[in-house]
Amino acid sequence: MAANTIFFMIFSLVAIISGFVMITRRHPLSAALSLVVTFISLAGLYGLLAAKLLFIIQILVYAGAIMTLVIFSIMLLNVQEEDLPAEERIIERVSITTLILLPMIYIIGRSFTVIKDGQFPEVSQDFGTIHSVGMFLFTTYSFPFEVISILLLISLLGVVVLAKRRI
Amino acid sequence: MTLTLYHYLIVAALLFCMGMYGIITSKNAVRVLMSMELALAGVSINFVAFSNYITPAALTGQIFTIFIMTVSAAEAGVGLAIIFNVYKNFKTVDMDKIDLMKW
Repeated sequence: MAANTIFFMIFSLVAIISGFVMITRRHPLSAALSLVVTFISLAGLYGLLAAKLLFIIQILVYAGAIMTLVIFSIMLLNVQEEDLPAEERIIERVSITTLILLPMIYIIGRSFTVIKDGQFPEVSQDFGTIHSVGMFLFTTYSFPFEVISILLLISLLGVVVLAKRRI
Repeated sequence: MTLTLYHYLIVAALLFCMGMYGIITSKNAVRVLMSMELALAGVSINFVAFSNYITPAALTGQIFTIFIMTVSAAEAGVGLAIIFNVYKNFKTVDMDKIDLMKW
């Protein structure tokens, strides 16, 4: 077995198991910590797909910054164990989820017949590096890049407006 | 056994379905946000895998993943601010108890 297959198995198993732990734990803090584990193993999957910049961004931004924000606000809210909402009528909810996800399963099944050969082509050495992603981002996709920066600015303003103390 | 596109698709679909399950079943507002992040991460894996598979010369899928990360960062910030305000007013994070706009 090739080395990348072994790494893929480790990373995907860790990602799926900790994702499962995340949706089953009752306390939000343990859910958030297992979500961090999921994101770090997803960074490993990006590395296996030769996405070098995304590998770094996933660890720094996702597992670092966003999850720190989430954990920070969970601790700030400080919801006690007995105040947590009870998870009831779980069977109805599971069956509704299954009904909604049934078309998804059909699409996934179709993709196996549509995609005949799932072999990855050989990629060049500079695929996914900071240089090549940056070249793409600032030439072909410069307009979406500007739009997304305005989106970030608007969300920054929105957070300040929402969270600041009323004067 | 060699690594093919299918393996990545299966992992991404599982993560997306778990995120969807979390969004529908959990009543804690913070956990709904985190489940959304999980679903977005599943979509991101699909984008990166297809970027390798279809366009080995261009990086379109990875650019999309960077945009998804930006959007999810914005969403986490705004969503947590909303949850803070809700907690300040209702003293709960239970999604079923927040029913001011229900009639």
